[in-house]
Amino acid sequence: MGQSLSSQLVNLLAAFLLLIAFAMLSQRRILTLIRLFAWQGAALTASTLIVAYTTGQVHLYFSAALTLLLKVLLIPWVLHRLIDRLQIRWDVETLINIPATMLIGIGLVIFAFALAAPISELANTLTRATLGIAMASVLLSFLMMIVRRKAVPQVIGFLAMENGLFFAATSATYGMPLVVELGVALDVLVGTFIFGIFFFHIREQFDSLDIRHMEKLKQD
Amino acid sequence: MTDAPGIAFQILQSVFVVFAAPLLLGWANQCRAWLQNRSAPSILLPYYTLAKLFHKDAVIASNASPLFRITPYVLFGCMWLAAGIVPVLATDLPFAPAADIIALVGVFALARVFSALAAMDIGTSFGGLGARREMLIGFLAEPAMLMILFTAAFISGSTQLNTIVETLARREFAIYPSLAFAAVAFLMVLLAENARIPIDNPTTHLELTMVHEAMILEYSARHLALIEWAVAIKLFAYTTIGIALFVPWGIAAAGDWGALPLAFAALAAKLALAGAGLAFLETLLAKLRLFLAPEFLSTAFLLGVLGMLTHFLMQG
Repeated sequence: MGQSLSSQLVNLLAAFLLLIAFAMLSQRRILTLIRLFAWQGAALTASTLIVAYTTGQVHLYFSAALTLLLKVLLIPWVLHRLIDRLQIRWDVETLINIPATMLIGIGLVIFAFALAAPISELANTLTRATLGIAMASVLLSFLMMIVRRKAVPQVIGFLAMENGLFFAATSATYGMPLVVELGVALDVLVGTFIFGIFFFHIREQFDSLDIRHMEKLKQD
Repeated sequence: MTDAPGIAFQILQSVFVVFAAPLLLGWANQCRAWLQNRSAPSILLPYYTLAKLFHKDAVIASNASPLFRITPYVLFGCMWLAAGIVPVLATDLPFAPAADIIALVGVFALARVFSALAAMDIGTSFGGLGARREMLIGFLAEPAMLMILFTAAFISGSTQLNTIVETLARREFAIYPSLAFAAVAFLMVLLAENARIPIDNPTTHLELTMVHEAMILEYSARHLALIEWAVAIKLFAYTTIGIALFVPWGIAAAGDWGALPLAFAALAAKLALAGAGLAFLETLLAKLRLFLAPEFLSTAFLLGVLGMLTHFLMQG
């Protein structure tokens, strides 16, 4: 009974994660995007905690704590400071209009679900049903990186993709070894800082964070 | 099926819905006024408005066709029929097998077609404008609504609203992520279909932003009263569909008089919450530009589809 309730809770959180991935895809404002990213981290923390509690895997508690610290508190705070410094509060531009993006998103979800179905049948973990959702949120974040024109939303897409991968690891095999997780977490943190520095350089060079300017080879 | 208690329940429910519907509207308006720090109108205000309108003389444009005259009655009839099909107080009503969820959506569509035709009948520009906007919203909201209903139908294995409610109400407690998606989508469709705030402002006096109000500008007196009443019943029907799909606990079975007080109490509590929630949402949100309405409704459609997909993924 406890097993099935926690499995249901994890499924619910997975659905929430997918919902947030779509919300991020359709979001026009950067501030809300960052808030959504923090929520995604919170959902991830909660689901990791539930899996840790049910299966008694101690290292999952650490990774939940790590997720909470990094993805709910630290990185959103860094991003907030970044956009304050860069003074970017304008609406995000997309390459394709939002309803079309959503339709592509549905296609990706169907693809991910179809891909995950045979794997889920083989698995006997508590969280097997959520693998499809984890893959879908990875693909959706990838789509977000593709359709956004500005650098900051692209980075948020990258970070969200890492969230999706993390969730996939938890749902497929109860998480990666702690050393790997620590390494990934550090990478993400360092990545965020480097991106932050890059933003300033891009803006200094091109007076804008629109990455279209980087496609020009020469300045005329 | 056609036994006497069942029929008594059916009549009771139908009469109850018609007379309780304006109360829900009045309650929502009262809550909204409180939230916006205005002095609230009486909760009975919709009844007074209806009584006032019924006592006035109807003015009808000289070039109005019979269609214009019969539309209020058709609207009222459609909404009443819909309210008779939805299990509000009890399941297993004698009317319920008459129509499944697809037919229910069809009944709402029939009402929409008639109101759009009547709006264009007089030939004023506002009428045509309102009708076109209404059809734009309608054709986007309908597929979303169907997807939501299909999600519930897949879970219970039937498109009969009756069976769906029985399956969901009498099951052992379980969390369905697919229903969570469907619930959010349903909320969006409810707001759009009932001309509530993010899509349309029911209290606006600015003709250029009107959708529903623009269609009924030409109506007066008893015709207007019937339309206003039909609007109230529609809101009531949608709310009770939402209750039936997502929080069906406490509903009685037809003929079971003992369970009736509990069903009434549960319904009253849920409706009070729903009305307050509606007012809260309307205070929180701003009206969207008309051209953002497709985006709003395509999001609802997306959530409905996601609900269905997660049902297949998780088998529950």
